[in-house]
Amino acid sequence: MTVNRPIPATTGCRETPVLKQRGQREVFCGLTGIIWLHRKMQDAFFLVIGSRTCAHLLQSAAGVMIFAEPRFGTAILEETDLAGMKDAQDELDSVVAKLLSRRPDIKQLFLVGSCPSEVIKLDLSRAAERMTQTYAPHVRVLNFSGSGIETTFTQGEDACLASMVPVLPKSEARELMLVGALPDVVEQQAVSLLEQMGIGRIRVLPAHRAADQFGVGPNTVFALLQPFLGDTHAALERRGARHIAAPFPFGEEGTTAWLAAIATEFGVSQDVFDRVTAAPRDRARRAVAQASEGLRGKSVFFFPDSQLEIPLARFLTRECGMTAIEVGAPYIHYNIVGPDLDLLAEGPTLSEGQDVDLQLDRCREARPDLTVCGLGLANPLEAEGLATKWAIELVFTPVHFYEQAGDLAGLFSRPLRRRGLLKLEAAE
Amino acid sequence: MKLTVWTYEGPPHVGAMRVATAMKGLHYVLHAPQGDTYADLLFTMIERRNHRPPVTYTTFQARDLGSDTAQLFQDACRDAYERFKPEAIIVGASCTAELIQDDPGGMAETMGLPVPVIALELPSYQRKENFGADETLFQIVRHLAKPVAKTDRITCNLIGPTALGYRHRDDIEELTGLLSDMGVDVNVCAPMGATPSDIARLGAAHFNVLMYPETGESTCRWMERDLGLPFTKTVPIGVGATRDFIAEVAALTGLSPKIDESRLRLPWYSASVDSTYLTGKRVFLFGDGTHVKAAARIARDEMGFEVVGLGCYNREMAREIRATAKEFGLTALITEDYLEVEAAIEALSPEMILGTQMERHIGKRLGIPCAVISAPVHVQDFPARYSPQMGFEGANVIFDTWVHPLVMGLEEHLLHMFREDFEFHDAAGASHHGGKATAAPAAVAEPVLAANSDTAAPQSGEVIWLSDAERELKKIPFFVRGKARRNTETFAQQKGLQEISVDTLYEAKAHYAR
Repeated sequence: MTVNRPIPATTGCRETPVLKQRGQREVFCGLTGIIWLHRKMQDAFFLVIGSRTCAHLLQSAAGVMIFAEPRFGTAILEETDLAGMKDAQDELDSVVAKLLSRRPDIKQLFLVGSCPSEVIKLDLSRAAERMTQTYAPHVRVLNFSGSGIETTFTQGEDACLASMVPVLPKSEARELMLVGALPDVVEQQAVSLLEQMGIGRIRVLPAHRAADQFGVGPNTVFALLQPFLGDTHAALERRGARHIAAPFPFGEEGTTAWLAAIATEFGVSQDVFDRVTAAPRDRARRAVAQASEGLRGKSVFFFPDSQLEIPLARFLTRECGMTAIEVGAPYIHYNIVGPDLDLLAEGPTLSEGQDVDLQLDRCREARPDLTVCGLGLANPLEAEGLATKWAIELVFTPVHFYEQAGDLAGLFSRPLRRRGLLKLEAAE
Repeated sequence: MKLTVWTYEGPPHVGAMRVATAMKGLHYVLHAPQGDTYADLLFTMIERRNHRPPVTYTTFQARDLGSDTAQLFQDACRDAYERFKPEAIIVGASCTAELIQDDPGGMAETMGLPVPVIALELPSYQRKENFGADETLFQIVRHLAKPVAKTDRITCNLIGPTALGYRHRDDIEELTGLLSDMGVDVNVCAPMGATPSDIARLGAAHFNVLMYPETGESTCRWMERDLGLPFTKTVPIGVGATRDFIAEVAALTGLSPKIDESRLRLPWYSASVDSTYLTGKRVFLFGDGTHVKAAARIARDEMGFEVVGLGCYNREMAREIRATAKEFGLTALITEDYLEVEAAIEALSPEMILGTQMERHIGKRLGIPCAVISAPVHVQDFPARYSPQMGFEGANVIFDTWVHPLVMGLEEHLLHMFREDFEFHDAAGASHHGGKATAAPAAVAEPVLAANSDTAAPQSGEVIWLSDAERELKKIPFFVRGKARRNTETFAQQKGLQEISVDTLYEAKAHYAR
């Protein structure tokens, strides 16, 4: 089947030269992903092997401190571990033994590497293997790195999911796998739309519980729910699975294109596709039209943060009538965001990586109507008179697929609407 | 290796950032990986600062480790100087950079920058945030402060207030006013608002006011020894402490300790009849040492509470807090383990917690009212209104803050009077805790029941509640029921009873009558 997708007037941004600068980066490390991953995987515990900084980041980055006994924690390295006075592997064994005896509900344990554990070359894969043997079959132990010297923000989720791929059982079944940790309600919407098209056997990585495991093999096809899953993509291909490339399901257009790519793969007829998508498509269009009223004709500038920047720039420019000035991303995976780049009209500066001071200079020079940036920059830019949208909210809030398309536009229009509402100027 | 769930303090370089961000004209070049830039948001979001902290991070990556991270540091240092033109630079390493041993201090010194460069050695794997702040201020002062002529008028320095401090902004204003009333001017307040050139003239003051020992004690001790500046030992939080502080300043300066107290309302508010219901409320205190020590005195002497437990998370203050606890006939809880604090609170089941934002969450879960008295800070701890902890207005603010989470006096009587009324059933809770009516998750009243209900009873071990007694217990209003249960059980245990009857309940009531 084919979908009538408007082709941009130009060739898109895939060939646009990318501005790469090397300087201070103002981004989170991959450990941040634990905040949402631990909510998603309900029988998993994330044990960071790191420093007090790691523990402090986890509690600060969440923005709110929940203070329940969470399913994540930090094994803080101490002077004795570093000076080799104690064997770090033995220490780790005893921390894990204590943890698992207190939390019998834990079925999956992730040992998460950090900057200090990487620098001292603490071998967590060896530890994970050893512990898997000790605690099998009750607990599965995996490891990945969320360190700031190797991962940026959402790459932590990528590293986590990639670590789960090699232990998936081998399967010959023709199955669709959706990859990425989305809020349950959104995940359900996607699964339901695909099921209505007659595509059965839909698996989601990560599964809610370790017991919900499924296989992977040459007959598996997978679609990514998030654009930052480069390593997971590669790991799945190594297992023989095939990627269904598509624009990401943000906004009406993105969702339709994403669903259409899967529908094509599974031979769904145009009639069925239209019947299933017509109503939510129409709702999404109306919702976006309404929520994006304040965005039309406005300009936007993206600081690099989550790797969602390119698909979101596509959504804002094509569905909300905005102009992109700069689209900064921490990394650009062309094989993943290529379809979004094709749809993004030429014009904006594409940048990868960051020198935050130089980028701030460009931003001040351009004076965009809306700047999408991290929490460290938002208030300072607001104080300079620039409206901002915190990028982290785009990762924490349900924004994918038709029913959230209006909410997504709303996230961007609210800061502008707010500026219009406040009447706080001093009397002349 | 130590398993940590939540932490009261960040790493020491965050303490250094609190000093750098509080100051003007100072820049901090921090050898650190990219993830450490999260610390900026503490200042821009929690404290709502309208500028970025004056910190340049080298943000080295794994691929730099093989090549030259030292060069990266020097480039960052040079660029930071060129862009920000600070009067002085502090340099240091975060936990990861400490491991690669690039020696930022040594490198920066050889660069020949035209401003003072101060190297910080903050051992990330041994010490924490408060130490980082204290040590950073000390190093800055040690490098920049020189003996200078004293001011003609009697002046002092305010030492210790930092960025991200608990009510530091307003404490400065309150103390400045209080000292001014006595005839003392402020020479320099540091680090908050000070430039490196202000630091250079610290010695012009006649004495130092040590506002927060956590962040200013090393500096005050050094200035006492090297610049001959005595410093005040009392932290003026609470009525008694403020009066002691005034007496201390008077003794140092020869000025009169008699100042206008007409703004001070705590003593009358505490004495007025509505406050009768505060009598003997069992409170648990936890926070940083300075605020806990002050709060313990206020709780006992100025509010008429009973302090049933206290402790602090910063080991630097352990000795003082142990001494305070001893004075109260208690054993201090010195720990940075949040779960341990929670367990202590659960075991003591106080009627109120005076703690940090962490204890506020413990209180929510256990259904115990909590007022916040100390850092670690939360966006709520930076109110728009003037809200100091120190001085006379600070005492007024503390009275209001502590009373607010409690069921009000008259309301308590009404609840008692109408306890059979359907609108005043247990789960109805106190009317000023609005969330209740809409079944908000964080309701205050309900968990009291959960914590002290039948399921909790076996905790007390061998003593068994007979069903009549259990029913009678339920007639007691929820906010005193926990105390009644505990008192009765203690009484029964003391008497060697195995069972609690209605009679035992009232025997105990008579025994504990006050």
